[in-house]
Amino acid sequence: MEVVLNQTPNAAAPSGRRVVWRRPEFASGLFIGTLALLLALPVLVVLGSVLVPASEVWRHLASSVLPDYVANSLLLMLGVGLGTLFIGVGTAWLTTLCRFPGRRLFEWALLLPMAMPAYIIAYTYTGLLDYAGPVQTLLRDWTGWGYGDYWFPAIRSLPGAVLMLSLVLYPYVYLLARAAFLSQSVAVLEVGRTLGNGPWGAFRRVALPLARPAIVAGVTLALMETLADYGTVQYFGVATFTTGIFRVWLGQGEPAAAAQLAALLLVFVLTLILVERGSRRQARYHHTAQRHQPIRRYHLHGWGAFGALFVCLLPLLFGFLVPAGQLAVWSWTRAATGFDARFLSLTLNSLSLAGGAALLALIVALLLAYAQRLIPTSLVRSSVRLAGMGYAVPGAVIAIGVMLPFAWLDNALDAWMRATFGVSTGLLLSGTLFALLFAYLARFLSVSLQTVESGLTRIRPAMDEAARSLGLRPAQVLWRVHVPLLRGSLLTALLLVFVDVIKELPATLALRPFNFDTLAVRAYELASDERLADAGPAALTIVLAGLVPVVLLSRSIARSRHVQSP
Amino acid sequence: MSAPRLSDSLVLALSATLALTLSGPAAAAPETEVNLYSARKEELIKPLLDRFTEQTGIRVNLLTGKAEALLQRLKSEGRNSPADLLITVDAGNLHQAKSAGVTQPIDVETVNAAVPANYRDPDGHWVALSVRARPILYARDRVDSGQLSTYEDLTDPRWKGRICVRSSDNVYNQSMVASLIAADGIEAAETWAKGLVANLARPPQGGDRDQIKAAAVGECDLALANTYYLAGMLDSDDPAERDPARALAVFWPNQPGQGDGRGVHVNVSGVALTASARNREAALKLVEFLLTPESQAWYGQVNGEYPVREGIDISPTLVGFGPFEADDLNLGRLGELNAEAVRVMDRAGWK
Repeated sequence: MEVVLNQTPNAAAPSGRRVVWRRPEFASGLFIGTLALLLALPVLVVLGSVLVPASEVWRHLASSVLPDYVANSLLLMLGVGLGTLFIGVGTAWLTTLCRFPGRRLFEWALLLPMAMPAYIIAYTYTGLLDYAGPVQTLLRDWTGWGYGDYWFPAIRSLPGAVLMLSLVLYPYVYLLARAAFLSQSVAVLEVGRTLGNGPWGAFRRVALPLARPAIVAGVTLALMETLADYGTVQYFGVATFTTGIFRVWLGQGEPAAAAQLAALLLVFVLTLILVERGSRRQARYHHTAQRHQPIRRYHLHGWGAFGALFVCLLPLLFGFLVPAGQLAVWSWTRAATGFDARFLSLTLNSLSLAGGAALLALIVALLLAYAQRLIPTSLVRSSVRLAGMGYAVPGAVIAIGVMLPFAWLDNALDAWMRATFGVSTGLLLSGTLFALLFAYLARFLSVSLQTVESGLTRIRPAMDEAARSLGLRPAQVLWRVHVPLLRGSLLTALLLVFVDVIKELPATLALRPFNFDTLAVRAYELASDERLADAGPAALTIVLAGLVPVVLLSRSIARSRHVQSP
Repeated sequence: MSAPRLSDSLVLALSATLALTLSGPAAAAPETEVNLYSARKEELIKPLLDRFTEQTGIRVNLLTGKAEALLQRLKSEGRNSPADLLITVDAGNLHQAKSAGVTQPIDVETVNAAVPANYRDPDGHWVALSVRARPILYARDRVDSGQLSTYEDLTDPRWKGRICVRSSDNVYNQSMVASLIAADGIEAAETWAKGLVANLARPPQGGDRDQIKAAAVGECDLALANTYYLAGMLDSDDPAERDPARALAVFWPNQPGQGDGRGVHVNVSGVALTASARNREAALKLVEFLLTPESQAWYGQVNGEYPVREGIDISPTLVGFGPFEADDLNLGRLGELNAEAVRVMDRAGWK
């Protein structure tokens, strides 16, 4: 179905031009394919180990722990999928299309939990809700109960992990759903209203179907992040595929079997991607009307307003305010020792890495997404899909996938130089920031790619054709038509990768150069030693560093949509 | 020709950005620096390294990380690896490094004289720097130490629902089960692991300090944990750390007269010299430095670990734990048996 409100002239390119285009199209297709293949290299290295037989290990796994891995991973995905969907879409709808007290605050504040790394929120809630933590101690003081007299939900459990991950991952859905709701033509919703739909009807029948690609993209991102999570599930003692990969690899010393587990994980991911593609194929929704009018928001009164406030407050409270408060308390107790001179260099390292990676990922994502639109051949399509697979692969696995080919290349070059010129070039790529940035790109490209793509799908192809027929070259179509229309999506992509990289730990830990530490490394070293309070300052700074772009960009997205409060 | 032009300009921007951020480690004259891959966290090694630099003028470049990842990096970098030394916090990974062929013998007289033979690789490929014991900790108010004897006894039904231990993902538990395989055989170790799982008070979760806290509040009566965690909590200024630790006491299992009397399970943190070491002299100087009496005393004072060298003063907290006999198994065996230990724990349902 295509919602067309403003009839734009549908000018197809003259067929003669297509012939002239064939050769460059093939060349750029090849270039895009090579670039995508390069970015998929870490994942391909992992998949390559599938060919090594490891049937002995598999027999052992199948008879002992594999059913647990599968069941836990599926339950985790189901729980986090539902959790992020309900929180993300619900809050996005309320803040975009309803009017209630605090709406303008929630608009950006609901993004705050995104700055909170999952493993850190897990640590803080464990500290708060444990038997010895303040909540249960208070409960015992009030009631006089002792150990075993009462039931208290165990935070370190599968439901606990679902809760933690949903709380920090729902902003992906919120952000994309909100951008979609904002970009929807006001006219569509008004037509819905004139046809007698109330707020709920307009949401269910009009806004939700139109926002579907964006929502599905958001949930897919959240689920890929869930599958790749190691810190939270490991700390909570929930055996998933990812903890299994590490156990088989490191504990049993079976890299081939571990790679096969990782390959199985990729099957989960591919299924997710196919489901997402499938959901788009049935219907294409393009944003056609370019007239942006202020959205007329539904006024909520009384209980309705109270309900909306409550629904928006809960995720903010538990996803950000409570854990950040705990981190602040911990940091306060360590203020004297925690913020030393090295702190500044840690912060600078984190910020520059995240900024560089976010910019790179945006450029590459734009290139790939645009190439896919311009040259819709199966080679381009499938190689772009391939390049985006790294997101669901645990960071440590990506790290190995970068380490092996880079070191191989370095050593091969060195051997050749020694043999030919008697000069040793040593390691040119391994152990450099380049290797680290490459790993970030391989891991997080999917984030910017999905965001840019879901933005692009809302610009109808007719507009490209119109622009082309008016004499613009493809590059000019990109810069003069798409980029201005995509501004919100581009900023979103930049922000998501930036925050992801600030939080990233395993690849940073494995690939960084000598004497180069980041905030995440610092927080991890202390937290993994169970010195949670000592980890407070670094963890809090990660959150604060993530906050600045979250707030800035959130406001800028709202502005770019010309939305004013009525 | 428009499409390639687009690609070209973007590629140019891409490579320019990459070139800006690309930077290799600064090259320096040999032997004025040492490159160290360390699984010991920065906080637990940097003060010693700074002191070394002060005394010798040799700069130490540090890269911390998980032992397995560092080892992987060492292996893939091969003969061009910049690393001179690898420090780990368990013997298993040192053994893996030796098996992978990325180490070379440390043949220094003072080192061999300082470190007892079971804390060194028989071929000299690694030496221990500090010893870490994993005894049984018990709640003072609920358990009488007379009821405790050996690790093997922990599977007795009288401990049902009374034991806390962390996940089997952890290398300390893997090494502990490896030591049981070495002592009692695979089948007995699996029966033991099943019995232990049946006696657990809660599914394994958290780290060693969490087990100590759980035992202190009464979720369980016994906890398996490394002593330096208990020592660190006892020496903490934070009552939330100190008070739980005070509720527990150390019991040294498998001492002479108890069971086979093989001694308490210990692991080590240790160092290996890489095969690719380009700063061999400086690296060996650092190894010697880490084994001097002053450095050895530091491990005990700062991190509650036991010195590997004999005749070193330990902290009052460690003195308070009392003396013990350690299992004198050569620790390389822990590395050899690690994979088997993980499979045993998988089959036993130890999460």
